Amino acid sequence: MAVKEEEFNFAKNDKFNTAMIPGKWARMMRTCKLWQFIRFIIINIKMIIVVGKSHGH
Amino acid sequence: MARLVVLGGGVAGHTAATFAADWLGKEHEVVVVTPNAKWNWIPSNIWVGVGEMTKEDVTFDLAPVYEKAGITYKQAKAVSINPEGSAGSDKPFVTIEYTGQGKTGQSEEVSYDYLINATGPKLNFGATPGLGEGSQLGEHTVSVCTADHAEHAAHELEKVMEKMRKGQRQKILIGTGHGMCTCQGAAFEYIFNVEHEIRKAGLRDMADIKWIANEAFMGDFGMGGLHMKVGGYVVSSRIFTESLFAERGVDYIVGAHVNKVEKGKVSYELLDGSFGEEEFDFSMLIPPFAGVGLKAYNKAGEDITDTVFAPNGFMKVDADYTPKPYEEWKASDWPRTYQNPTYKNMFAAGIAFAPPHIISKPAKSPNGTVINPTPPRTGMPSGIIGKAVAASICDLIKKGSDAHLHEASMAEMGAACVASAGKGWLDGQAAAMTVYPVVPDYEKYPGTGRDTDYTFGEIGLAGHWIKHILHYLFIYKAKLKPFWKVIPE
Repeated sequence: MAVKEEEFNFAKNDKFNTAMIPGKWARMMRTCKLWQFIRFIIINIKMIIVVGKSHGH
Repeated sequence: MARLVVLGGGVAGHTAATFAADWLGKEHEVVVVTPNAKWNWIPSNIWVGVGEMTKEDVTFDLAPVYEKAGITYKQAKAVSINPEGSAGSDKPFVTIEYTGQGKTGQSEEVSYDYLINATGPKLNFGATPGLGEGSQLGEHTVSVCTADHAEHAAHELEKVMEKMRKGQRQKILIGTGHGMCTCQGAAFEYIFNVEHEIRKAGLRDMADIKWIANEAFMGDFGMGGLHMKVGGYVVSSRIFTESLFAERGVDYIVGAHVNKVEKGKVSYELLDGSFGEEEFDFSMLIPPFAGVGLKAYNKAGEDITDTVFAPNGFMKVDADYTPKPYEEWKASDWPRTYQNPTYKNMFAAGIAFAPPHIISKPAKSPNGTVINPTPPRTGMPSGIIGKAVAASICDLIKKGSDAHLHEASMAEMGAACVASAGKGWLDGQAAAMTVYPVVPDYEKYPGTGRDTDYTFGEIGLAGHWIKHILHYLFIYKAKLKPFWKVIPE
């Protein structure tokens, strides 16, 4: 049975073996345009809040 | 009529000068002294360094912008400050040496009523034998600190990729070139852009890519790491960062002080006191930063550099510089107004101010070698500090010496960081992070030192789009195009 893509790097290195590696679903969501558009809006709102909290003292 | 002299035309200096010129109007004069003819959006140097952008894409000429803003522009480097004036005059002045405008090499004394030191850093390549001489990059490694450096890096990267195409396996080493570097974020972004380009070219199997950094742990970023909300968890940036490296198959060495660079090889010392060597075919190592070496003299012409500047060459401001152990560090140690404590008409902004101490936990190897990142104060913090300092000086000029000074403590300020791999709108992903505040405040946020509602990170296309937008938005703002003032720092 072939090694799944997300499991391939675990064996390469002891450091990688104890890391968290994203699976197929997480990788797909990272490039899903609809989901990423929603995230784009949310990240922008959060960043604008952080910018707002950083100004005006 | 008052004269404000701004030393430096980077993010902090340019922000301070352009806002001050706008707020002060024609009644007062704003002078910018910078050795550079061009403004550089440094975050996009990463894309220049992999050949996805050109130098022209990330720079523009300063002269027409300053002319439009009514700012007097002197293409020169500052050499010294006389904050008390000279024997013949009480008027403070800076001595500058021209680097352009047909006056190269000529000196001039520029008097001021208020001074902002925003010179940025000296790229101290000379601190590591073989990394370079003084502020000059050496021949063994590349850099992305300037647009010229980044262009050179792209050419060198193309050479090793050509070797990979011919079947020669190549070793790539990217990170920090000294135990006391800052700006790990730039190297972090560069290594994943290099990895992305090599993968895109179908050559990933031909490259061994390795990270080497002075951070005690992955994800320290000179901020002692951070805890962020990811997928419903509050996790350490260490887990976030190690995950990214494991996913991309990029090996790493941390807690490393690179003590020597030779052709194709670096030597380093680790925090556990051991020594090692790493070979490479292509290496980008960030140099440590130092102050630009400005001197200061009193009215009698005596050297008072130690009064005005900290030993690392950065200007002393309203921070608490009392030496104390890590356990006693507080958010309130950090400066609020960036006013020099001795000469109240002098301020520092951006990298040029002397931090009270580092942010990360101090670390030394058993051999006594200091190996810890120094605090990041580039990008968003630089811009915010520059604007606050400009506002303070404008109030001092317009309202008098009792005017309230504006405040911008890094312990009450957040930062947004977008490390993007790839360049196309749909081809690439970014790690988008915000941290609030930059300097942890354990009194206000006893758990992690930061507000985890606003300290978060995630990887995806969304961050990549933000990186693109920031590139165009900040260059637009820096060119003072319509509505530039509404774009936040």
